[in-house]
Amino acid sequence: MNRPSWRRLLATVAPGAFWLVVFSLLPTLLILYASFLQRGPHGWLSGPLTLANYARFFGISSSGFDPLYLNILGRSFLLGVVTTVAVVLLGYPFAFFIARSRHKNLLLLLVVLPFWTNFLIRVYAWIVIFQRRGVINAFLSYLHLPTLHLYPSWTAVYVGTIYTYLPFLILPLYASVEKVDWTLLEAAYDLGAGRVRGFWHAVFPQTLPGLVAGVLLVFIPALGTFVISDLLGAGKAILIGNVIQQQFGGSRDWAFGSAAAFVLMALVLLGLWLYARRAGESGMGELL
Amino acid sequence: MEQRRLFKGKRTRTPVGDAIVRLSGVSKRYAGGTLALNDVSFEVRAGEFFSLLGPSGCGKTTLLRILAGFEEPDSGRVEIAGADARGLPPYRRPVNMVFQNYALFPHMNVFANVAFGLRMKQVPEDELRQRVAWALELVDIEQLAQRRPHELSGGQRQRVALARALVNEPEVLLLDEPLGALDYKLRKQLQVELMNLQEELGITFVYVTHDQEEALVMSDRIAVMRAGRIEQLDFPEAIYERPATAFVAQFLGTSNLIQAAYAGERLLQTPLGKLRVARPVKIGERYLISIRPEKIRLSREPIHHENTVRVRVDDIIYTGAENQYLLEAAGTELVAYTLNSDIQEPGFEEFDYDEYVYAHLPAENLVVIDEPA
Repeated sequence: MNRPSWRRLLATVAPGAFWLVVFSLLPTLLILYASFLQRGPHGWLSGPLTLANYARFFGISSSGFDPLYLNILGRSFLLGVVTTVAVVLLGYPFAFFIARSRHKNLLLLLVVLPFWTNFLIRVYAWIVIFQRRGVINAFLSYLHLPTLHLYPSWTAVYVGTIYTYLPFLILPLYASVEKVDWTLLEAAYDLGAGRVRGFWHAVFPQTLPGLVAGVLLVFIPALGTFVISDLLGAGKAILIGNVIQQQFGGSRDWAFGSAAAFVLMALVLLGLWLYARRAGESGMGELL
Repeated sequence: MEQRRLFKGKRTRTPVGDAIVRLSGVSKRYAGGTLALNDVSFEVRAGEFFSLLGPSGCGKTTLLRILAGFEEPDSGRVEIAGADARGLPPYRRPVNMVFQNYALFPHMNVFANVAFGLRMKQVPEDELRQRVAWALELVDIEQLAQRRPHELSGGQRQRVALARALVNEPEVLLLDEPLGALDYKLRKQLQVELMNLQEELGITFVYVTHDQEEALVMSDRIAVMRAGRIEQLDFPEAIYERPATAFVAQFLGTSNLIQAAYAGERLLQTPLGKLRVARPVKIGERYLISIRPEKIRLSREPIHHENTVRVRVDDIIYTGAENQYLLEAAGTELVAYTLNSDIQEPGFEEFDYDEYVYAHLPAENLVVIDEPA
């Protein structure tokens, strides 16, 4: 490689590399480092290096096994999975509905519209709907039906999370659905496939890039959510996100918070890696 | 076949059988109100290479899609292989289609694409492998079985599309401008291959194209379409040599169209003077005469005295094999082609700009069209 092209390579790669190192790699390494430190006298980080934070997270102590944080992690995974499944079931048909509608732009606007209102306000709106004398219960008592206890509850947390993340699935999925080549469906029909098999073999694979992108955009943040569970669970619905937030906030145990955050990140990365390995090269492309 | 001998009979082809596709009174109106098909009736015979030829928007693709089952006609009857096709979904019809842009499944390799139809029919794996191998060999792409469509050239994709359809052994193969996206040389080569394949397999082909040359070269019979109707349905030579309407005369190749009126039993009055024609004409009727540029004989000295017009050379276009002369006489323009053969005998000479020459319009080459202009 001669010098000018070497310089050009440096010029093209350097800004991106700089960005990645400063804003992604270094903070991650800092968290990793912090997760092996301890809580200092005034809530600062201090040495020496220890595995205690990880032991605490996995519930291993001299007094035996306590799965407190593992349970919370499991609860978060359950929320992430249920949210993702629900959002796919709701969003997949809806993306097709938009793409095949004559009012595409209006419908897309409606999907994006909630983003124009502050996220917290939207979650508070759910409290108004769910609370003891809220919209739903007012309606039920108007019908002389018994009222429901909806807030605070896990139901409210699930509904709120699903509501919040639905657009994040619809938008990338819509981008894929809009590009679907429908002659492939005709080709499948022509070759003997009925409606179901035609869709599965000719249309579904075309929507996979958008679906994968949407699932990742929903699952990963839903896994780490803490605001929704905090508000709609009224502080009683504890997820892994709440645990991490508490350590960096009220509890001031950055070391343990770092360990929890790192476990969560490692699990997500492990999942992505397994997926990419299964889907092969093309799957990797879809991920990126 | 007899009618065919009237003309050239250049090719000898296996005789074709009974009707395998039968359309009667088929009409189709689109939501916008355009009449895509207007009372179309015809038959395609088993083993035939049948072309639907016409400009874009003439309804030829709609007709093909009706045969495939992607569209239902508003009225009329469609029969395929003896069965009424009404309400029959595409996957229950004994036809397969080669799509204009091939419509190969991008996420499947060539083998899986070709095997798709057999998989849908749950053909046992052994038989499936054999038949796919047969189809790939048929179109000469055995070595590409593991490739994905995006790794193939246009011509190779075309072959995959063909194999994917043929492997199902359809009664009728529907082809929607299959060579449209390919460059000229490849198109020529694939035309010949398609013809050979059709003859070898004896499968009926219904071939949609807007390329008149392609239709002339490949077809047993051609239906020329315009604005949802069939203008003329005949053997290629008949369509070219005896166009039934002015539209057909101009859509296929180049044609000189001359306004004419009755002047005698086989005589028509035209701006070029009285011209004798081969068929009787009626008193008081108006006609159009069509003559192909290559049928006009040019010479410095008159060779015949009948049907000969003195014309001025207005423009000359050199195209290599032939010289195209733009001629003018009495305010009427004529186009005449002469072979660039370098023979300087009467009828073969080359002429210069503004030269006055004699154009002989042989009576047997004048096609009288019953169509008022």
